[in-house]
Amino acid sequence: MNWTDEGIILSVRAHGETAALVELFTRAHGRHLGLVHGGRSRKQRPVLQTGNHVDAAWKGRLPEHLGHMTLELRTGYAAQAMDDPLALNGLTALAALSRMLPERDPHPSLYEITLFVLGFLDDTTVWPALLVRWEMALLSELGFGLDLGACAATGSNDALVYVSPKSGRAVSASAGEPYRDKLLRLPEFLLEGRRAGVTEADVVDGLRLTRFFLETRVLRPRELDVPEPRLRLEAMLAADAARAD
Amino acid sequence: MSKKIAGPEIERLVQLLSRLPGLGPRSARKAALALIKRRVELLVPLASALADAVDKIVVCPDCGNVDTLSPCSICRDERRDRSLIVVVEEVGDLWALERASVINASYHVLGGHLSPLDGIGPDRLNIARLVERASAAHVTEVLLALNATVEGQSTAHYLTDQLSSCDVAVSRLAQGVPMGGELDYLDEGTLAAAIKSRKRM
Repeated sequence: MNWTDEGIILSVRAHGETAALVELFTRAHGRHLGLVHGGRSRKQRPVLQTGNHVDAAWKGRLPEHLGHMTLELRTGYAAQAMDDPLALNGLTALAALSRMLPERDPHPSLYEITLFVLGFLDDTTVWPALLVRWEMALLSELGFGLDLGACAATGSNDALVYVSPKSGRAVSASAGEPYRDKLLRLPEFLLEGRRAGVTEADVVDGLRLTRFFLETRVLRPRELDVPEPRLRLEAMLAADAARAD
Repeated sequence: MSKKIAGPEIERLVQLLSRLPGLGPRSARKAALALIKRRVELLVPLASALADAVDKIVVCPDCGNVDTLSPCSICRDERRDRSLIVVVEEVGDLWALERASVINASYHVLGGHLSPLDGIGPDRLNIARLVERASAAHVTEVLLALNATVEGQSTAHYLTDQLSSCDVAVSRLAQGVPMGGELDYLDEGTLAAAIKSRKRM
């Protein structure tokens, strides 16, 4: 049994003295692990960095086996992000959260969005908003998608500015006003068809929104905490937004 | 079922040796045999050296280095430049820098790097003591000699943030073409780093 695919490296663990256990998010085979012989060699170490885009060839006797992988670098996103603390936190948060996907279950549309986010990692004005959209897509792929089409209380799709933490549905400004302290803010750029300019404060609102649902729906039931890089990223962007005000 | 070929003491010796890096069960057996054959010249002194190591090796409360003295020999060395602290992930990195004899400064061993995957957060590393040391008036620079990996650089950025309150210059190692490196064999990340940090001739 063997296949070839492309993927993004999510994690690398040392296995013995020379091999590495690599976890990939592949286009057609989903989140997949494999043993890379010589994965700790000088030649392989630059390739086996979290976030790198690689070509993978997997081989195993049976499909359910761990199998062996050989990897070849396509794009070194890790090296591109290393100098920028914000991008590095974004990259590692994205990789850590991708690990919530079920193993060997393909999510091709999320994979495409992931590559799209990584492609903009050198442009700080673009990728944080894309990361919020990516987290929305992740929630959706995991079965916890937010319903932002219409107000949960009135059914109208006008002036949707809140999200209910209980239902994950949008709430309009008028219906949500009495409960504004309990509701989560919905930045306009997440609404379909809205092309408003995205401010730093919008991105922070978006990250708070997705973090809440990732934490309560995905991580906490698995007894996991929000990954540290994700928390640091949000804190850094919030500090930037506060400075910009 | 595999047959036992030696007594439990020898089996245990082989088993423990095989846990060492670079030794598998076969090479552990060879090492055990060599020790047994050279009992007086090798086995007895080794056992005594190991017993001494267990008794005397301590982690330096200042820098996190391992030594038989506390504070360690490096922290006690008056000839070292006290204004510069070189931060490394592991004791092995400190030894590598000392072997190269390229810097005569004081060190700080973190004891690892941040790794959300393994649940290693800032509280598991020797960071609080580093901030304390960097706050001393005589310290002017902290050099982050951490690995050029995603985890190493994430740790470096975190430390830069933590050290922002101290009145010190924070620097890091250069990245680029290694000595004897040929360009067509280098990965694109290293090449990009080398181009980014190019120097005027």
